[in-house]
This record gives sequence, structure tokens and C-alpha cells, in this order.
Amino acid sequence: MVPIEHVIALSAALFTIGVGGVLIRRNLIVILMSIELMLNAANVALIGFNRMWPGIEGAPRMDGQVFVLMVITVAACEVAVGLGILISMFRNRDSVNIDEVNLLKW
Amino acid sequence: MVNGATEESVLRLIPLLPLAAAAYHGVMLGLVRRPTPRTVTIAISCGAVLASFVASCVAFWSLIQHPNGSHLLVDNVFSWIGSGVGVHAFSADVAFLLDPLSSVMTLVITGVGSLIHIYSVAYMDDDQRDDKGFQRFFCYLNLFTFSMLILVLADNLVLMFLGWEGVGLCSFLLIGFWYSDEWNAYCGSKAFIVNRIGDFGFLLGLFLLFSSLVDVGKPAVEFQDIERNLALITEATLAVPEWLGGGEWLLVNVIALCFFVGAVGKSAQLPLYVWLPDAMAGPTPVSALIHAATMVTAGVYLVCRMGFLFAVAPFASMVVAWTGALTAVFAAVIAIAQTDIKKVLAYSTVSQLGYMFLAAGCGGYTAAVFHVASHAFFKALLFLGAGSVILALHHEQNLENMGGLWRRTPRTHVVFLIGVLTIAGFPGLSGFFSKDEILVAAFASEIPGHTWLYGIGLATSGLTAFYMFRLHFLTFYGESRASADIREHIDEPGKLIIYPLYVLAFFAIFFGYAGLPQVWGDLVFGVDNSNSLANFLMPTLAVVPHNQLDHTTEVWLAAAAITAGVVGFGFAWFFYMMRPQLPERIAAALRIPHQLLVRKFYVDEAYDLLFVRPLVAISDRVLFRVIDVAVIDGLAVGGIARLVRATGTNLLRHAQSGFAQTYIFFMIAGAVAIVWILLR
Repeated sequence: MVPIEHVIALSAALFTIGVGGVLIRRNLIVILMSIELMLNAANVALIGFNRMWPGIEGAPRMDGQVFVLMVITVAACEVAVGLGILISMFRNRDSVNIDEVNLLKW
Repeated sequence: MVNGATEESVLRLIPLLPLAAAAYHGVMLGLVRRPTPRTVTIAISCGAVLASFVASCVAFWSLIQHPNGSHLLVDNVFSWIGSGVGVHAFSADVAFLLDPLSSVMTLVITGVGSLIHIYSVAYMDDDQRDDKGFQRFFCYLNLFTFSMLILVLADNLVLMFLGWEGVGLCSFLLIGFWYSDEWNAYCGSKAFIVNRIGDFGFLLGLFLLFSSLVDVGKPAVEFQDIERNLALITEATLAVPEWLGGGEWLLVNVIALCFFVGAVGKSAQLPLYVWLPDAMAGPTPVSALIHAATMVTAGVYLVCRMGFLFAVAPFASMVVAWTGALTAVFAAVIAIAQTDIKKVLAYSTVSQLGYMFLAAGCGGYTAAVFHVASHAFFKALLFLGAGSVILALHHEQNLENMGGLWRRTPRTHVVFLIGVLTIAGFPGLSGFFSKDEILVAAFASEIPGHTWLYGIGLATSGLTAFYMFRLHFLTFYGESRASADIREHIDEPGKLIIYPLYVLAFFAIFFGYAGLPQVWGDLVFGVDNSNSLANFLMPTLAVVPHNQLDHTTEVWLAAAAITAGVVGFGFAWFFYMMRPQLPERIAAALRIPHQLLVRKFYVDEAYDLLFVRPLVAISDRVLFRVIDVAVIDGLAVGGIARLVRATGTNLLRHAQSGFAQTYIFFMIAGAVAIVWILLR
């Protein structure tokens, strides 16, 4: 059995990579992927924590796993919207560089 | 109907009918904004007040038929304000109390009010304004009737205060009814502001009374509960602050004086009487209804209603009596030299109200209420008669341009003469009996200096006869002094004006027999218990110990009052009928005293100098220019706006770079900071 510390370490590493990607990369597709990475880091943590808890009267507890399913659903929706915005942006600007969309400012 | 249709629930109809009419007019004027035909306005307004009068009669009837003889009808409509529990509980209900005192007031208000509403139909029809102004007038008049009925029917001080403020508001609205003339608007504001001083006293009295009752564990604002629990605080004293001389005052004296300040403002007594003469700027029916018959007697009503309080507050009662006596003579003296027909009547009203306070202060509460009712009849008669004269002369109010009117307006002349004879105390008319009762009460009272009070009252009745007959002679007799083109068009107004005057004249003559003093019942008419009004009122009014007078003394007192009246009449006859040139020569010879009278002892000027100007100056220089413009507008409101704007343009706008990743960075930094703070 994998100890919980390892799971958390993996989750933290994934999350940090995701944050770094969002902050550093300029390509909107990569940023979307990094966001996906952060969501899945959370999923890993949820699965890991779910395993820490014993079942009740023999039946395993599924709370964490249910959460994961919901996060996946949300992530799918988010990608759908995000990719839509991305395509719209590409049609208008011929580019997916996030630094080029900075009209909304002082 | 909350309680079902019991005999009490007719009480709520009395104030609510005029309110409904006023609300209808308000909706039509404010929301629908389409002109209502005058006939509809008249039907609704007059109908509501007449119906209210009928309801009052029904209520009065069931009061005197009341089986258990408790002399009370209470209609509790709903619980209005309630808070707290136990000894700190406060509750004020919308509840109406009909006892003999409030039933007399209600009948006077709705009865005289109905007549004046009918009179107003003709009087305001003459006013060349649109239907909207006509409807606005009746809206205010109905609203006034409602407020006044709330005032007298309220069974607790809080509800009474609602009516108290309501009548003040309506008075303001109606004095300034012709507001396009700036002077009228000024007079309305003056009445309102002077009344506010009195209202402040009323509120202080109410707070002090309630908190004192809380201290003894019996909080109440209902009159009956206050009366029941008052014995608990009659001995209490109040420490007086050092700058007022220190020592201790009787708590009930302080409370009673606070309420009396309210009464002084509303009933135009010294030193707050200045608003009433200027209130004559309003239409004449308003002067008759509000500033003679009903609203100005609210102060007297308050003192009589709180009689149980004044009865145990001897110092406050003495102040009431002296204020009344001094006001009576002071206003009568001013009335002598006034040349505006309505101003004379206004000062006469102030003087007569002084009489009522004199009676109330001396413990003669029945005499005070008696005079309230008889004064309502004869002063409404005089004001409406003056209105008829003013209409006949096409809005001429100056006595110097009248004279000789009796040929052209014979019916007005007769009813006006009845009014003058009544107020002057002609034997057998209602004013004679009620004034006699007051003078007897002053003579028989045990307060210090009561003989002086009686003397002042007697002198005032002589002065009253003098200035009233002067007014009558100058208006109706002698040569006409009107300009030629007006003289040709003097017409007596129509039936709607004259008939209410007949009804009022009837009551001015015969109402006195409802409260016929026992001495005349015994000596002249041979009936026992002749003073049915006093017997009716007695259970609800406080009783103050006084000397018993035998019939011989009372007859002598009446003879003295008649003599004073005759002397006043004689002087008026001599000066204004036999030697009409004499008053002018005297005025020329005694220029300084005459000017003093004409300018009303310069009281308005003195108040202007002492209070109004400093107040306006402080308001303008300090409160407006420094506090409002500089501090509030400049520093507080404008300063904050400027600060936000400055930080935004100079500093914060650089945070809005437009780069999404910068925003994300700050967001993550913030999240990290929060986590760090939470885990620290």
C-alpha cells in the first residue's frame, strides 16, 4: 500500500507544476492544460484521502471518489468553455498568445 | 372589525370617515391627477364630516345610555407600538376613549366642523382658483378634522401626540394655503416652528412621566392607567442642577409644566402666542375652525385631560392660572388698537384661551371645558361672520375701510351682533355663563393671589366688551368708509354662508343653558341640578379643593362682570358712536402708547431680534457655511470622493494592467497568503 505522504507529495508536485504553467506560459492551450493539471492534482489528493478512512460496517466509504467524479465533470465543462473562447480568440486575432489580449485595462 | 360590531366600534368611525375623505382627495390629487368636479369634492368632504357628526351623536347617545354607568366607551382598534416585557414594557394602542370630556370635544369638533365645511363650500367657491385648489383645501380640512378627532379621542398620550402633530401640520398647510403669496407661506412656517417649541415640551413631559412610572414599576401611557398609578410618584422629587439654583423640585410639577409648555404652544399663550395672529393669513373658514374653535383649544383639553396631574401639582397649576390671566389681559389690550377685522378676532381668541387656562389653573376644569365649547360656537360665529363681511366687501379686511354695513348686509349684522353680545357677556347668552363660571372659579380658588387673578379676569371682560363693540361699531355702523367702486358692489353672501351662521348663533345664545350655573338655576329658573354639563363632566375631571361660595357672593360676582361689560360697552359707544373723531385725537395725543399698541408691544420685533436673527445668523454662518458646506460637503462627502479618486488615478489604476497572468499571480499570491495566515 502506498503511504499517504507519497500521494500528497505527488499531488503537491502536480499542483505546483500546474500553477507554474499557468503563470509562466503564454500559450492559451498550455494554460488550459495546466489548469487541468491542477484539477487532477486535487483529484489525486481526494483519492488518497478517501483511502485513509475505514468503511462503515464493511461497506467502503466513497465520499472522496464521488468528489473526484464531480471535479471531472466540472473540468470537462470548463474545457468546453475554455476551448470555445480559445477558438473565438484565434479567429479574431490569428493568435493564442494571452499577452495579446490586454484591451481591458485602464 | 377586530372586536366585532359592538357599540364601541362606532368610535373608530368618527375619526376614520374624515380620514377616508382626505385619503380620497389625496389619491385624486397626487396619483390620478385629473380634476375632480367640485360637486364630488363637496359631497365627499361634507358628507364625511356630517357622517362623523352623526357617529359622534350615536356614540354620545350610547355613552349616556351606558348600562353600567361607568361613563366610558373604549374602542381598542389594534396594538400600535409594543416593546419590552415586565416593568420595562411599553405599549401604545390605537384605542379610542369616549368619556364625557372627549364626547363634548368630539361633538363640538364634528358639529362646528360640519357647519364650517358647508360654509367653506361657498367661501372657497369665491376663490378664483381651479378645481384642484378647491379639492386641496377640502383635503386639508378633512385631514385636520381627522387629526383633531384622534387628538381628543386618543386613550393614551402617544396616540394623542399623533393627533397633536397632525393638527399642527394641517394648520401649517392651511395657513399657507395661498402659498403663492410669500407672506402666507411665511406665516404658515411661523405657526409650525413656534408650535414645535411647544411640542418639544409635550414630548419631554411624556418621556419624563413614562420613565418615572417605569421607576416605580408601573409603566403606562394610557390616561386611565397613569391616573391610577400617579399616586406612586406624587411624592417623588427631582434634583435640580446647580446652574438652576440647586435644590429639589416636585417631580409632578416638572412633568405638568412640560405638558403645559406644549399647551402654551398649541393654545397660543404667553410667550408663544405670536403665531396665532399671523395665522389669520389663511382662508377665513380655517381661522374659524382651526384657530378659534378647535385646534387652539387642544392645549386646554390637554390640561383638563391631565387634570389629575395638575391637581397634585400646585405650583404648575399656579403657573397655568397666571399664564392664562396675563395672556387674557395682554391680548385684550392689543386687540383694542388693531385695525384688521381678523386680527382683532385673533387676539380675542388668544385672550379667551387665556380665560380657559385661568379656569383650568384654578381647578375649574368644568368651567374651562364649558368655555371651550361656548367659545367654539361664538368665536366660529364671529369668524364666519367676519368672513361674510370680507366676502361682501370683496376681500377687504381693514376696519378703516368698513362702516355702515348693517344696511347692506342685515342678516350678517344680526348674527354678528349676537356673537359680539355673547363674547361680551350679555346676561343670558352662553358667553355670560361660561365666563361667569371662570371668574367664580378664580375667585373661589385657593391658589396664592387668586383675588388678583379674579381682578385681571374682570378687567379683561371689560376690555373684551370694549374691543368687540369697537369692532362691531366700526364694521356695521357709521358712515361707509369703503372706496366708491366697492361701495356700489356690497352684496350679502348667499344662503350657504348665512345658514351656518344662524345655527351657530342659535348655539351661541342657548348653549349656556346646558351648563347653567346652579346659582341661576336656583334663583331665576327654579330648577335643581341645573348645571347638567358640569354634572356630566364631573366623573372624569379632577377635583381641586376650593372655597365654597354662597349664592349672594356669586350674584355679586356676576353683577361685577355685567358692570365691567357695560363699562366696556359704554366706552366703545362713546368713542366710536358718539364721538367718532375722538379716538384719532387721542391716538395723536398719546402717540407713543398708541404706537405701542398698534405694533403689538413690539413683541414680534423683540423675538425677531432676540431669537430669529441670532438663529438665522448661526444657521447661516456656522451651521450652513461651516458645518454643512465646509465640513460635511467639503470634508466628509467631497473629501472621501476626492480621496478615492486621487488614489485611483495615481496609484491603483496601474494594478489594472490588462495582463491576465498578472491578475492570476496576485490571486495565487493572495491564496497563498491566506493559507499561510491560517496555518501559521
